[in-house]
Amino acid sequence: MTQSAEKFSIGWPHKLRVMLGVQAAEMAQYRAEIALWAIATMLPLIMMGLWAQAGESGLFPLKRVEMFRYFIAVFIVRQFTIVWIIHHFEFLVVTGRLSPLLLHPIDPVWRFIIMHISEHWVRVPFVFLIIGGFLWLYPQTLTGGTDGTAWWPGLGNLALAAVAMYTAFLLRFFMQYTLCMAAFWHERVAAMDAIIYMPYLFLSGLLFPFEVLPDYAREILLWTPFPYMVWFPATLVVNGEGPILRGFLTMIGWMILFFILYRWLWRKGLKHYSAMGA
Amino acid sequence: MPTVAVENLSKTFRVADKQPGLAGTLRHFVNRRHRLIDAVKDVSFTIEPGEVVGFLGPNGAGKTTTLKMLTGLIHPTAGSVRVLDQVPFKRKPDLLRQITLVMGQKQQMIWDLPPIESLRINAAVYGVPDSEAKRRIDELADLLSISDELTRPVRKLSLGERMKCELMAALLHHPKVLFLDEPTLGLDVNAQTAVRNFLRDYNRQHGASILLTSHYMADITALCDRVVMIHKGGLIYDGSLSGVVQRFAPFREVKVELGHEFDHATISRYGEVESIDGRVARLLVKRDGLTAAVNRLLAELDVTDLTVTDPPIEEVIGRVFDMDADDLSSGGPAREAAAR
Repeated sequence: MTQSAEKFSIGWPHKLRVMLGVQAAEMAQYRAEIALWAIATMLPLIMMGLWAQAGESGLFPLKRVEMFRYFIAVFIVRQFTIVWIIHHFEFLVVTGRLSPLLLHPIDPVWRFIIMHISEHWVRVPFVFLIIGGFLWLYPQTLTGGTDGTAWWPGLGNLALAAVAMYTAFLLRFFMQYTLCMAAFWHERVAAMDAIIYMPYLFLSGLLFPFEVLPDYAREILLWTPFPYMVWFPATLVVNGEGPILRGFLTMIGWMILFFILYRWLWRKGLKHYSAMGA
Repeated sequence: MPTVAVENLSKTFRVADKQPGLAGTLRHFVNRRHRLIDAVKDVSFTIEPGEVVGFLGPNGAGKTTTLKMLTGLIHPTAGSVRVLDQVPFKRKPDLLRQITLVMGQKQQMIWDLPPIESLRINAAVYGVPDSEAKRRIDELADLLSISDELTRPVRKLSLGERMKCELMAALLHHPKVLFLDEPTLGLDVNAQTAVRNFLRDYNRQHGASILLTSHYMADITALCDRVVMIHKGGLIYDGSLSGVVQRFAPFREVKVELGHEFDHATISRYGEVESIDGRVARLLVKRDGLTAAVNRLLAELDVTDLTVTDPPIEEVIGRVFDMDADDLSSGGPAREAAAR
């Protein structure tokens, strides 16, 4: 008789690599849809048009070309921090398709995070196309034009910005995933994302750079998680400046808080889960 | 130590109760009413290592709810479950690596990718190395005759092919305990036979314990020596398949052929007449009076042929499920297996 359930030891890097590869293949199947989503999230480029005019007025600390750079950075950060887990999780709970994932010996959250990262990767060509098109139209964004110096972020800055971007993604992910837990009680929870989307929209730096705010308002906002989801990594992309230590510590603090909250709700929620239809 | 030990297991669901129509919708909106449904009531049984047990019951009997509790997907309202001496609801990775649940219509295959990709993910999450995973995939695909379909998108596969892929995904990690919920549902006859043979071979090769629900009696008779029957949430029988007939069919069927024509009144003196076709009659005769009835038939009539059989198992089980649960459980559930 063959021994069942043999014990093997393949490491986490191998597991993650396989999952990432397969999920990327799945997301590549939806490339047309993802391209449309990338185009649909061009709000920062629209805001750029408005704020570039304001920059010309001289009333704000950022000049026109700096507004261009900031909102280009916001557009990039937005593409790599998009989170849609609440819609997927609602579908899984309502249809009972969460059940097969619960039977796996690794927590489903790994798979969800990998799905998001895979989707972000599939966005890359479309993001580059859109940015390339913009830079072709407005080359002064890179050269500085009549406004001043050229924009060429160093590798160190970019690496730091990338770390900040993925930390921002995880922060936003765990914030939304905490809301997802309500699906165990109320099933239709996607609408609850509006609770965090509105403050995210207005307080993250998506609509305006924080430099235009008075100091006291900025100081208050910097205690909330929202500026670290967009403004903080975008600022790092632009010039590598900002409250780096405070930024990372605040992000990690909020992430730990949401993580603990989600784990607590997860344990409670599973007792309510009825594996409908499964 | 049993592989599965279930003791006084119960599950009650609280569900909203809404009347149809606009008035019902308004009432439901302002004053939502709920009712409690006892999906599983005080069920106890055990499964030994290597045992294949059929889990029978009509729709809504509580089979799937029980399977969900056995696999830790849902939390019991009362009672206890232990699988491989662990509590399933705690979902410890060590236990999850040793069990599997196949749910007939519920795919874990990624719809827009070929099955091989989903199988690679399953191999990774269960920690099966690439080379071993490839060997197992080839072996399982060969046994299920699906090797050529593994590189086609799942959405392009037939129901039977998808079901075979689900089985592959569920068994890739060589689980010790299989919970199978309608594994042959919707399959054609050939595919059903292939899945049955495959499960029988898997049980023999790996010594796995299997709890199987199916509405196809052929699955049960082909694979299970023992059945557990559940009706309206309660356990009504736990014992051998042949014991079902003994317990629930106190009659035997006597088919008798006479050398002359006869009328209904003549033959009905020996038992309850099921049918008369020319000179052949079918009678239902109580077990305790069978010998006397056959002796009288042979002595009093010109019998040219006589056979005594049990009624078909499907018919017996069908009758059981049509009966009222209270009638069935009077005196407590039959536990033939309790003495084993």
